[in-house]
Amino acid sequence: MLNNLSLQQAKQLLRQKKATSLELTRFYLERIKKLEPKISAFITVCEKEAQDQAKKADELLSQGDKKPLLGIPISVKDNFNTIGIQTTASSKVLESYIPPYDATVVASLKRAGAVIVGKTNMDAWAHGSSTETSDFGPTKNPWNIKTLPGGSSGGSAASVAADEVVASIGSETAGSIRQPAAWCGVVGLKPTYGRVSRYGVVAMGSSLDSPGPITKTVEDSAMILNILAGKDKFDATTSPNIVEDYSKNLNKNISGLKIGISSKYFKKCESEVEKKVEQALKVFEELGAKIQEIKLFDPQYAIAVYTIIQRAEVSSNLARYDGIRYGNGRSKFGEEAKRRIMLGTYALSAGYYDQYYNKAQKVRTLIIEDFKKAFKQVDVIVGPTSPSTALPLGASKGHPMFGEMADILVEPSSIAGLPGINVPCGFSREDLPVGMQIIGPQFSESIILNVANQFEKNTDFHKVKPKL
Amino acid sequence: MSNVKGKTSSASIDVDHVAILANIPISESEKKTFEGQLEETIKYIEKLQEIDTKNVKPTSQVTNLENITREDIAAPSFSQEEALQNAKSTYNGFVVTEAILEEQ
Repeated sequence: MLNNLSLQQAKQLLRQKKATSLELTRFYLERIKKLEPKISAFITVCEKEAQDQAKKADELLSQGDKKPLLGIPISVKDNFNTIGIQTTASSKVLESYIPPYDATVVASLKRAGAVIVGKTNMDAWAHGSSTETSDFGPTKNPWNIKTLPGGSSGGSAASVAADEVVASIGSETAGSIRQPAAWCGVVGLKPTYGRVSRYGVVAMGSSLDSPGPITKTVEDSAMILNILAGKDKFDATTSPNIVEDYSKNLNKNISGLKIGISSKYFKKCESEVEKKVEQALKVFEELGAKIQEIKLFDPQYAIAVYTIIQRAEVSSNLARYDGIRYGNGRSKFGEEAKRRIMLGTYALSAGYYDQYYNKAQKVRTLIIEDFKKAFKQVDVIVGPTSPSTALPLGASKGHPMFGEMADILVEPSSIAGLPGINVPCGFSREDLPVGMQIIGPQFSESIILNVANQFEKNTDFHKVKPKL
Repeated sequence: MSNVKGKTSSASIDVDHVAILANIPISESEKKTFEGQLEETIKYIEKLQEIDTKNVKPTSQVTNLENITREDIAAPSFSQEEALQNAKSTYNGFVVTEAILEEQ
């Protein structure tokens, strides 16, 4: 009865007293115990804390409390500070770090009544798209444990796909929510930059980082965004724009909606991925949407822009780790972090700033303008999320640009700060999930969630679960 | 633009120098690996030189927000104990570090 519950279903079960939060939490803790030797989605499992939170939730539930996530077991990526619970960002530099405070996202989840069952594995410092650069070993894809879950929120996506939790929280700089969601066959929403607070998230690319939900359904994604979105006095880049009710428009008819597609995005893909997304477009047409070809900047330039900006921001953000106030010293950085810090330092060093960083920021302006032009013609843009399905374990090793190639189709919209959502849209011959992304203008979360939900309601891909 | 060091299509990175700037200890074998990999990456990002950016303003952030300020009011914060709980070495409520200034 407790298998494969969506957030909405779990909520109903608790409200109707068909299960208690403690039962639900113990169910997932048992499942985690059983599956972790295979999947390794978690860095830390909070067995005791989760059961304590669940007991409290049950008390409140019996009093009729209506907190939106009351008693719901979720996981959180290990780059969100959690008071009293080790937070490593999957790096040995932070191996023994116990935060004295909660990230704003974590505080919001707790206020909403969520039960945090554990902290999920990721590429160390979120540097990567495989979860293979974790200093604590890779996470495996629940669909085929010989393949990668994607990353950097690979542990979060795998924990949802393996039904080890109801939902999870990830973070995306450029692809780190959408790409693992695609490879693990779940829903991943990257909100507009500034929609969700970055306070207390281990910083990677500060002009890009966007926390967001990874869920089993689009409806769940909207429910969690309702809790996460909003201005935070601790993060000056959060938007004062009104927080909408993101669940409100989910069932709106999309007849007449204008969907843009760019052949440049499809050409970069494996033919199977291309085919599945093209079939998905037919679903939209049947629902009355109009598909039109638009011209977009070649994503290969976005990769170059992203590589420079991200490395530069990384070198600056990771300069704070000195092993004095907390964490270990700089010799504990893994190879990928060292490589990125060095490239960023080089790009920002005297004599190269104009040539690389300043140039990248100028091209960033052109990419933003390019999307603005596109959104004058269409309401949303649809394309494949990743050029391939999940790649085999080991695929990222020795390739300094692996992440960029895996994220080629998500980096342009990230650079522009746009929201995007991945929804499952089919399976390859090897039974690996294929993901499609829907991108909208800044603060159009309601629209892309609506479009994603209409697709989900008219297809069955989200109902297929991995055999574990 | 006066100090741009020429075109770097055959980029050669002084890895030792960058490692010092970045305060990253690297081994001899890492140095070798990084040399090749960083040059490979630089070669890729050189693609940007193909794009004309004359008269284009750089974008450093996408929020369109400027000068976000708040009232300068003190609020409850970490206790000394909390602030020091993760420090490797403390003394009398302070963090202990190695000396960075040498005696004359």
